[in-house]
Amino acid sequence: MTKLTLNGTIHELDGDPSMPLLWAIRDLAGLSGTKFGCGVGLCGACTVHIDGAAVRSCQMALSDVEDQEITTIEGLHATGDHVVQEAWRELNVPQCGFCQAGQIMQAASLLNENANPTDDEIAENMSGNICRCGAYQRIVDAVRLASTRS
Amino acid sequence: MLKYLEQTTAPEPKRIDIAKVSRRGFLGIGGAFVLAAWARPGHAFDTYAVGAKDMPHGLVDDPMIFVSIDADGTVTLVAHRPEMGTGARTSLPMVMADEMEADWDRVKIVQAPGDEPKYGNQDTDGSRSLRHHIQAARKIGGSVRTMLARAAAAQWEVNASDVRVENHLVIGPGGITLGFGELAEAAMAQAVPTQEEIVYKSEDEFRYIGKGSVSITDLQDITTGQAVYGADVRLDGMKIAVIARPPVVGGRAVSYDASATLAVPGVRSVHELPYGGLSKKFAPLGGIAVVADNTWAAVEGRDLLDIAWEAGPHGGYNSESFLAELVETSEKPGSIARNKGDIDAALNGAARRFGRTYTQHHIAHVPMEPPAAIAHYRQDGSLELWAPLQSPYTARKDTAEALGLNVEQVTVNVTLLGGGFGRKSKGDYVTEAALLSRKTGTPVRVQWTREDDVQHSFYHTISAERIEVALDEADKVTGWHHRSVAPSILSTFAPDEGNVLPLEQAMGMTDLPFDVPNIRAESGKALAHTRIGWYRAVSNLPHAWAIGSFVGELAHDLGKDQLSMWLELIGAPRKMDLEVDALPENFWNYGEPWEEFPIDTGRLANTLKMAADGIGYGKDLPEGEGIGLAIHRSFVSYVACAAHVKIVDGRITIPEMHMAIDCGFAANPERIKSQMEGSAVMGMSTALLSGITFEDGAVQQSNFYDYDVTRADNFPRNVVTHIAPHPFSVHATGVGEPGMPPVPPAIANALFAATGERRRGLPLGPDV
Repeated sequence: MTKLTLNGTIHELDGDPSMPLLWAIRDLAGLSGTKFGCGVGLCGACTVHIDGAAVRSCQMALSDVEDQEITTIEGLHATGDHVVQEAWRELNVPQCGFCQAGQIMQAASLLNENANPTDDEIAENMSGNICRCGAYQRIVDAVRLASTRS
Repeated sequence: MLKYLEQTTAPEPKRIDIAKVSRRGFLGIGGAFVLAAWARPGHAFDTYAVGAKDMPHGLVDDPMIFVSIDADGTVTLVAHRPEMGTGARTSLPMVMADEMEADWDRVKIVQAPGDEPKYGNQDTDGSRSLRHHIQAARKIGGSVRTMLARAAAAQWEVNASDVRVENHLVIGPGGITLGFGELAEAAMAQAVPTQEEIVYKSEDEFRYIGKGSVSITDLQDITTGQAVYGADVRLDGMKIAVIARPPVVGGRAVSYDASATLAVPGVRSVHELPYGGLSKKFAPLGGIAVVADNTWAAVEGRDLLDIAWEAGPHGGYNSESFLAELVETSEKPGSIARNKGDIDAALNGAARRFGRTYTQHHIAHVPMEPPAAIAHYRQDGSLELWAPLQSPYTARKDTAEALGLNVEQVTVNVTLLGGGFGRKSKGDYVTEAALLSRKTGTPVRVQWTREDDVQHSFYHTISAERIEVALDEADKVTGWHHRSVAPSILSTFAPDEGNVLPLEQAMGMTDLPFDVPNIRAESGKALAHTRIGWYRAVSNLPHAWAIGSFVGELAHDLGKDQLSMWLELIGAPRKMDLEVDALPENFWNYGEPWEEFPIDTGRLANTLKMAADGIGYGKDLPEGEGIGLAIHRSFVSYVACAAHVKIVDGRITIPEMHMAIDCGFAANPERIKSQMEGSAVMGMSTALLSGITFEDGAVQQSNFYDYDVTRADNFPRNVVTHIAPHPFSVHATGVGEPGMPPVPPAIANALFAATGERRRGLPLGPDV
C-alpha cells in the first residue's frame, strides 16, 4: 500500500511499488485526465504537480511519492477555472486535445515559478510537452495571456 | 480514401458520457422527441454534386437521424464524423444549428457509433467532412426550422409565412412566442419539407457559419481532464493487454517462454494471437499478448517474455539501400500515367535539360494518443467496442469478420481521437482487443506503448522522385517529365505487384497544374516490405516535395525569383481541361465531379500571391536568412506556404510562416486557421525530422528520443493564415490535409535562400 494525497484526498493505492505514478493515477485511482504518451518522460502528456511543481508522472515510481501531495488536471482548480485553463479556452487552443492536460499542468507550474516569462522562456519551458497537432503558437499565446492575469 | 481500397473479397460502462447521452436522445427518454423526417435533394439553395454519394453508404440527410429536441428545448445533434482534432465534431453540428436557428448554448452534441447504414459514410479521412456534408447539414437544420414554424402556425392558426424562427424561439404575429421544447412533439408530426419548401437563410443571416466564433465542442472537457479518449473508458472487471508483435511484418514467434511473465504480480494470462502480414488490410500483426490487472503489470510482463522470432519474407528489408534502388528505378522508363504532347521530342530538341532527384523516407504518424481499444465480448456472442477510430464502421466490419461474427453483433462506440493523421483509419488495435476479450472472457483494453506505435505502424511510403525539364533558347520550360517510384498503399489491400494506384498518382503528379506543352508522368515499380498506409496528405507529400523543390532549383538556375518561376509555370488563369491538358482517363479528382471542382490555375496563383505578399517576398534579409515559397492543390483546395528560415547557432529556425488557403467557402475560419497552424508545425516535422528507417526488416526508431517531432522550443513562431474569401456558392473543400504538402518544399527553398545549400532528401535534418 502506498499512501498519497491525490487532489486533496488521501488514497491508499495497492500497487507494485515500481509502478509509475502515471499508471497508478490512471489504473488504480481511476483518474483518466493524466495521459500516457511515451512512457519515457519525453512528451509531457502525463505531467502532474507534486507540491505545485510539474513532474512527469511516468518517471516517478509509486514508492517515490509516498505521502506526497499530487495534483492532476482534475484537481488543478475546483471548478476548472484556473487562469491557465481560462486562457486555454479563450484562445481555443486544443485541436485533438490529448496533450492539453499535460500542457496546462506544465504551464501552471511555469507561472508558479515565473509569473512573467518571456516568449522564449515560455517556449523553452514548454518544450518537453509535445503537441503533435501543432498548437504551439496558441499554447505560447495562452501562457502569455495567463501570465498577464495571474 | 478507403472506398477505393476496399478488398474485393470482403464486401454500461463508466465514464461514457457520449454513449449515455446519445441513448437518451435517440430513444426519447426524459422528454426528448425525435423529429421524424425525410427530405429529398432539391434546389432551394444552389445545391451541387459532391462525391459523397459514391462513398460507401453515401450521404444521409434525414433530420430524424441527426436531431432530437428535449422538452426543455435542448437540441441534441449527432456528430457522425469522428473528432481527431480538425473540428468536424464542432463544425458540422454548428452548420445544422445555424440553419435551424438554434442557440448554440442550448445545443448538445452526441457522437454517433459506427453505423454507416444509419448515418451514411463515417470514414473521416480524405479531408471530406465539410466538403461532403455541409449541404446536408444545412438541409437538416433547415428542415427542422421549417417543421417548427409549421407546428407553431398550426397551433396559432396562422399562415406559416407569418411565423419566423429566431435564436431558439418561434415567433408569430403580434410577438407571440413558443420555445423549441414546447413545439418539439408537434413539429415531429409535421410532414418533412421538400428541399424546395425550405427557405434557407441568406449568407448575411448566418449566425455561426463563416464566423469562427464558436468554441470547439469539447473545450471545457479537454481543459479539465474530463474528455474521453480511447484508453479512458473503464469497464468493470476490465483487464489490460500489451502485445509483443513480430519485429518484422509477416514474422512469427517460433517459440516463446512466458514463465517469468506469468510470475509478475497482476499478470493473468498470456495468449498467442494469429499472425498477419502484408496484403492483409488492417488485420493485426499477431504476436504474444500479456493480459494483466493493470497496464504496468502488462508492460513488465511483456518485457520478460522470451521469444524466438522468425523474420519471414521481409527480414531483408533495409530502407537505405532500398531507397537507392528506388532512385535507380527513377532513372529508367516506368508506366506512363499522363502524356501530354511529345515529351521525348521536347527533351531531345531542348536547348538545355535540367533534372533533379528528390527522396523521402517512411514516416510514422505518432499521434499523441498511442492506439488503444476496449472490447467486451459477451457470452451471447455480442461484441461491444470503444475506440478512437477514423473509420468506425470499417473497424466494425473488419473485427466482425476476424471473429466470425455478423456486423449486427458488433457495436462500435467512438471516443475522441488523440490525433489520427491516417493511423487510426486502420483498426488493427480494435481487432486485437476483441480477440483477447473473447479469449479471456473479460472486457479487455489493448494498450499500445509508444514503441509499439513507432515500430508497428502503417507507414507513409518511401519514395524517389525524378523531375527533368526541357528548356528552349529563351529558358522557357517546354517539357516536364516526372517519374515517381514508391511502394503503393495497394500493397496493404491486395497481393503486391509493385504498381501504384491512379489515385496516388493523381495526388500531386498527374494533376500537375502547369502550363507546359509537353508533360509526361510515369511511375516505376516498387514492392512494399512493410505495411504502407496513409499519412496526412498521402502521396501529395513526396510529389509536392519534389515539384516544389524543383521549382526553387529551376528558378535559381535560370536566375529568376521563386515567385516569378511559379507564376510562369502556372501560366494564365484558366480551368484545366481534361482533353487539352491530357489528364489521365477517368482522372481521380479526390472523388469529386470535375465539373464542380475543376483545377483553377487562377485560384492557385492567387493563393501563392497571398502567401508571398503576406511575408513580403522579395524584401532584403540579413545573411543566414531566406524565404521559400511553394504552392500545391490537394483535396480540392489550394494551399501556399511562404517560409522564412533563419539559421540560429547552426539550427534551422522559422521565425515566420505564411499559410494561404483557398478552400472555397470557409465554414469555420477559426478551425481552418488552427489546421493551417498545425500543418505548419507538422510540416516542419516532416521537413526536418520525420524519417523511419528499417534494417533487417525491423524499424530502427522506437520513441521520441530517436524519432522526435517539432517542439515548442523550435516551431514556426509566427504563423499567419490567409483565407481566400468566398461565398457559399464557391464549394467548400478540404482543410485537414492540404496544409501539409507545400510546407517541406517551402522550408527547403528557404534553407537554400538562407545558406546556399540545397537538400534533396527528406528529412532534411534540424541543423545546417
